[in-house]
Amino acid sequence: MKKEHTEDIESRLTGEDVKPAEQEVQEEKRSWFKRKRQGILTSTADKKEFPEGLWNKCPSCNHICTTQELKAALFVCPSCNYHHRIGSKEYFEILFDKNEYTPLFDEIKSKDQLGFTDLKNYQKRLDEIHAKTDLKDSMRVAVGKVHGQEIVVACMDFEFIGGSLGSVMGEKFSRAVDYCIQHKLPYMVISKSGGARMMESAFSLMQLAKTSGKLAQLSDAKLPYISMLTDPTFGGISASFGMLGDLNIAEPGALIGFAGPRVIKEATKKDLPPGFQKSEFLLEHGFLDFIVDRKQLKEKIAQLVTLFQH
Amino acid sequence: MPQYPNRQFLEFEQPIKELYEQIEATKKLAEKNPKVDYSNTIQQLYASIDEKRKEITTSLSPWQRVQLSRHPDRPYTLKYIDKMCTNFIELHGDRNVKDDKAMVGGFAMMDGETVMIIGQQKGINTKARQLRNFGMANPEGYRKALRLMKLAEKFNKAVISLIDTPGAFPGLEAEERGQGEAIARNIYEMIRLKVPVICCIIGEGASGGAFGIGVGDRTLMMENTWYTVISPESCSSILWRSWDKKEVAAEQLKLTATDMKGFGLVDEIVYEPDGGAHWDYDDAALRLKKSILQALHEVKDVDPLERVNQRIEKYGKMGFWEEVPANSLV
Repeated sequence: MKKEHTEDIESRLTGEDVKPAEQEVQEEKRSWFKRKRQGILTSTADKKEFPEGLWNKCPSCNHICTTQELKAALFVCPSCNYHHRIGSKEYFEILFDKNEYTPLFDEIKSKDQLGFTDLKNYQKRLDEIHAKTDLKDSMRVAVGKVHGQEIVVACMDFEFIGGSLGSVMGEKFSRAVDYCIQHKLPYMVISKSGGARMMESAFSLMQLAKTSGKLAQLSDAKLPYISMLTDPTFGGISASFGMLGDLNIAEPGALIGFAGPRVIKEATKKDLPPGFQKSEFLLEHGFLDFIVDRKQLKEKIAQLVTLFQH
Repeated sequence: MPQYPNRQFLEFEQPIKELYEQIEATKKLAEKNPKVDYSNTIQQLYASIDEKRKEITTSLSPWQRVQLSRHPDRPYTLKYIDKMCTNFIELHGDRNVKDDKAMVGGFAMMDGETVMIIGQQKGINTKARQLRNFGMANPEGYRKALRLMKLAEKFNKAVISLIDTPGAFPGLEAEERGQGEAIARNIYEMIRLKVPVICCIIGEGASGGAFGIGVGDRTLMMENTWYTVISPESCSSILWRSWDKKEVAAEQLKLTATDMKGFGLVDEIVYEPDGGAHWDYDDAALRLKKSILQALHEVKDVDPLERVNQRIEKYGKMGFWEEVPANSLV
C-alpha cells in the first residue's frame, strides 16, 4: 500500500535544502538486496554523461519526462496533472503577455538587524542565498499585461527560505498596493510559503497587520485583490493577506492551511484524513472561490479583470 | 492569590519555597515552646521572602521570563477583568458554530466608562484547563471576539484585549472551519475599527494566535510576558531540529517586554509586583488598569478616520530592510 507522506512544511523555513523522506525509502529496500562490494565499480571511461536536470520525475505518479516537455506543459505533469512547484519567474512568464513585464521594488533587500543566529547566522544565510540565486527575497513584484489588461502581480519564491514572510515581503507588498492605488490597477498575489520568517522574530509577525492595513486602503480605493494560493501556503500567509482576497483561488492539489500537517498530527495524535488541507478540501469548506488549473490561469485572470472593470 | 502551601514554585523560585518551609518549621517550634518568642524570626523570614522576590525578577533570563509568563498561579483574563472592572457581563458565542471557552469577552465598566473587554482564558486547574483548551482558541473564538468588537464599534465603546495564549489551536476542526481566515479577518477588521483599541499582553503572546486579537492603537506588555512570532519550543524544533534549544531560541527571538519596547513594537511595559504578577493579583491589576486608562486617555479624542489612518501608518513603519540601487545587483 502506498503510504501518504506528511510533508514537513516548517522544515523549509530553516533556509536549508531538505531531502524528503530519504530514510524511509532506504528502510523499505533493506531486506531485499545486499551490497557485496562497496563503491562504484564502473570505470570512468565507461561512464555515460548526462546533462544535469534533463529529465524530470513526477513526485506524485513517478511519470518521467524531459524538463523541456514539462516546461512546455507549464510544469504540470502530463500524466497526472500534478502541479510542480515553480517560482515567480515561471509564473510571470505564464501570466504576462509575451513575457513582458516591469519588475517593481527590486531594490529592497533583506538584512539581519537582530543578529539572529540558529545553526547559522541569518546574515550569512542571506548572503549565501543571494550568492546562489538572483532572488533578493521571497517575493517579487511586477506590473505587466494579461491579455492586454494591466495588472500588478506579487509572487513568492519558495526556494528563498521557504517563501517566508519577513519585513521585505511586507514592504514590497505595501508598495505594490500603493502602486495599484496610484495607477488604478488590480492586484494579484501568488502565495507559496511556509509562513512567517522566524529570523526576524516579532517584526515578521507585525507584517500581518502591515499588509492587512494596506489591503484596507486598496479596498477603500475599490480596486480588486485576487489572492491565489499555491502549494504550499501556511501560517502567517493564510492568517493574513492569503485569505483576505476579494477572490481567493488556488491551484489544484495545493496544501493550504494555518498549522502544518506535522504540527496537527503531533498536537491531536490523530491520523489526518486523506485530502486534508488540499485546495479541494478548502473549496468544499467554503474558503475558496474556485480552483484553477495552471493551463487556464491566464485566461481566468484576464476574464476576472474584464468582469471587474466593465 | 493562593496562599502557601497551595502555591506553586518554579525552579528559580525554590529559594522562596525554602523560606516558606522555614517559616512553617518555626511556627511549629513556636507551638511547642510557647514561652519563647519566635515572632522576630518569623518576621525576618517574611522580609527575606520579599527580598528574594525582588532579587528574582531583576536577573531573569529570557527563557525564565517565558516560564514566569506560564506560571500556574498567574492571574488570567477573567481575574484581571474582575479586579479592574465592575458590572462585567460576559457575552457568548460567535452566532455561527459555537461558544469557544478559550476566548471570553463582554461589556464592563472601567473607571466609570463602558468598555468591551476580550481575551483568551486559561484554566486554573486541570478540569478548567481542558474546558478552556489551555487558552488555545478555535476559529469560532476569534469570530466571537470579532463579533464583540463590532458590537463595541456600533455603540462607540473602546475595546480592550487581554492576550494570553500559547497559540491558536492546531486541530482538524480548526482547519476545517478556517483558523487562518478567522485570524486574518480579525487582524484586517481590527486595524480599521473606528473605536479605540488597547491591547495588553498579560501572559503568553504566541504568534498569530495572539495577534488575532492584538492589533490596536496602543500595545501594552506586562513585565514578565513574551510576545513573538513562534514559541521558543517550536522555534527550537524547527530551526535547531531539537527540542532542547528552547533557552537559546528564547534568547535569539528577543521576545521579552524590554526587547519589544526597544524595537518599538510595543508602546509600554507594565511593571509587575516584585517576583511577578502571581504574588499580588490586586497590585498587578491596579498597575495594568492605570496603564490602560492612560493609553485610553491618549487615544480617545482622535477622529475615527484619523485613528484608522494612524493605525495603518503605525504598523506600516514596522520592519527592517536595506535599499540598494536595482541595477547594482544584476
